[in-house]
Amino acid sequence: MSALDSLYQQMILEHAKSRYGADLPADAPAVPGQPGTGQSHQLNPVCGDEITLQVQLDGGSVQAVRWHGEGCAISMASASVLSELAEGKSPAELLQVMDAFRTVMRSRGKTAPDEDLLGDAAAFAGVSRYPARVKCAMLSWVAAEDALRQAVSTA
Amino acid sequence: MPVSLPPELQKPGGAVLTNAEVLRIRNDFPILHQQVNDHPLVYLDSGATSQSPSSVLEAEQEYYEQRNAAVHRGAHTLAVEATDAFEDARATVAGFIGAAENEIIWTGNATGGLNLLAYAFSNASTGPVPGTAGRFALGPGDEVLVTEMEHHANLIPWQELCRRTGATLRYIPISDDGTLRLEEAERLITGRTKVLSFTHASNVLGVINPVEVLVALARAAGALVVLDACQSVPHLPVNVKDLDVDFAVFSGHKMLGPTGIGVVYGRQELLNTLPPFLTGGSMITRVTMEQAEYLPAPQRFEAGTQPISQAVALAAAVRYLGETGMERISAWEAELGQRLVRGLSGLDGVRVLGPGTGQERIGLAAFDVAGVHAHDVGQYLDSQGIAVRVGHHCAQPLHRRLGLVSSTRASTYLYNTTDEVDQLVEAVGNVRGYFGATDGVR
Repeated sequence: MSALDSLYQQMILEHAKSRYGADLPADAPAVPGQPGTGQSHQLNPVCGDEITLQVQLDGGSVQAVRWHGEGCAISMASASVLSELAEGKSPAELLQVMDAFRTVMRSRGKTAPDEDLLGDAAAFAGVSRYPARVKCAMLSWVAAEDALRQAVSTA
Repeated sequence: MPVSLPPELQKPGGAVLTNAEVLRIRNDFPILHQQVNDHPLVYLDSGATSQSPSSVLEAEQEYYEQRNAAVHRGAHTLAVEATDAFEDARATVAGFIGAAENEIIWTGNATGGLNLLAYAFSNASTGPVPGTAGRFALGPGDEVLVTEMEHHANLIPWQELCRRTGATLRYIPISDDGTLRLEEAERLITGRTKVLSFTHASNVLGVINPVEVLVALARAAGALVVLDACQSVPHLPVNVKDLDVDFAVFSGHKMLGPTGIGVVYGRQELLNTLPPFLTGGSMITRVTMEQAEYLPAPQRFEAGTQPISQAVALAAAVRYLGETGMERISAWEAELGQRLVRGLSGLDGVRVLGPGTGQERIGLAAFDVAGVHAHDVGQYLDSQGIAVRVGHHCAQPLHRRLGLVSSTRASTYLYNTTDEVDQLVEAVGNVRGYFGATDGVR
C-alpha cells in the first residue's frame, strides 16, 4: 500500500461519499432548545472547513448524531464514521471512544488503534502521520464532544 | 506593463528565458535539488514563499560572520560596517523599485507594513501629532476603498481602521472573470474616499489590476493610494514613480529573500508628515519625560532593533533578480501562467479561477476540482513531490464571491520549468479518478 493509500483508506473514501448522518438541515437553529439535544459548530480556520453537529440523547443513550458540513475527504469521512459509531452508546462510552480516538490522532503513527473500541474509526490511524491533516479528522469529534456535553447537561 | 527598471538593474540585451537557462538558474537554489516522497521536488508554491539562491543565503551568513553589530548607534568599527551594510541594502531595494533611499521603510513583513500605514492613519485621526499633517486623519463620513479580491492583510487593517475612526469601508467588486469592475470603481471613488488600497496582482486570480486607471481616479478625488505589491514586485518590473502610487508594500520572502522582512515604500513628502506607528528607541531626536520629537523618515518608522541581516540578504535577492532581469522573469512566468491555465482548464471537472486562456495573468493559477476538496488535491500532489498551496489563500471573501470555500493554487517563479507545469497538470488530471469523483457528484 502506498503512503497515500494508507492515508486515504478505502473505508475513508467510501465514508467521504456516503456521509452517514449528514442530514442536519443547513438552517438548523443554533440552539436546538430541546432537552437532551446539544449542538456545536466548529471551524478549521486554516482551510475554512466547517461543521455543525447535533447529538440527540434518548433514555440515557445516543439516539442520533446529525450534521452538515463542508470539508475534505478526511473531515467528511470522520464525521460519517463518528455518527455511525455513536448511535446507541451511552455518553460515558462515547467519551471513552473520543479519548481513544484523540490519543491515536496525537500519536504521529506511534499508537496502534484499539480496533474493538474504535471500529471503523481505527482506519484514521494513518492520518496521525500527517500532522497537517489531524485537525481535519478531529473537527467533527471536537464538535461531538461539545454537543454531547450540552446534551447531557440538558437531558 | 508601462514600467521599467532603473538602468543599472536592467540586463543588457537579455534574451527571453528558456528551459535550458532555467535549469542553470535552478543550480543556484540548493533546496530545489531534493526528493520529496520519493519524487523530485516540484515547487509550485512561490506565491506563498519563494526559495533562496546561494548568494542570498551566503549574504546573510557573511553578515553574521563578519559584520554583525547594532546599527545607527555605537562608534566601533563593526557598528559602522553593519550600518553601512544595512543602509546599502536600503539603497539597493529602493533602486529596484525606482524609489529614493529615504522612501523605504523596513517592517517585519508585508502585513506589518499595511498595519503600519493603517495605524499611522489611525494615530493621525485620534489627535494631532506634532509635526504631522491632517490629511491622514479619517472620521465619520470618510471612506476607505479596497477591492473584493484583497488578501486579508489588505482588508482587515482597513476594517479595523474604519472601526476605530468611524470611517466607512467600501469595496470595488469583481466580474466573474476576476477582473475589477472599473465602472463600479468610477462610481465608488468620490470626494469621500480618503484611501484607496488595492492589490497590484491578485494572489488567487492572477490578474494584474490597472494601476494607472485607479490612480487617475484616486488623484481626481484627492484620495491616497496604497498598493499591495506582494505579488507584483517579485514577478514584474515595478517602478513606483511610474505607477505614481503614494505607498506600496511588499514582502522579502516572496522575492528570493528571507522571512522576517517586509518593505513599505512611501513618497518622501508624505512619510515626513505621517505620524509614527511603533515608537521607542532609534526613531527620536529629543526625548523628555513628557514628550519626544521624531526623526525624519525612514527612521521615524523604525523603532527598535531592525531586521538587519534580513535586509542584507534581501538586497542580495534583489541583485539576483536584477541580474537575471525582471523583464525576462516576467515574460517567462507569463508563459508558465498561460501553460498552467491552458493545461488545467483542458481537464474534465477543473475550473481555473480568474482570467481564461490567453488573458493576461501572472505565473500562477488557482483552481477548483469538482468533487474533490482542495486539501485532498494538495495531499495527492504532495505524494508525487508537487508542492502547491491549498485553502482560501487568505482571501475568504473572494472565494465566497466565486462560490467556493477553498481552492488549490500552483504558483511559479523564475526557477520553474515548463516540464514542472506539465507534471502538475498531468497529476491534477488523475485526482478525480483517485477520489472517485469522476461521476461529477459534488
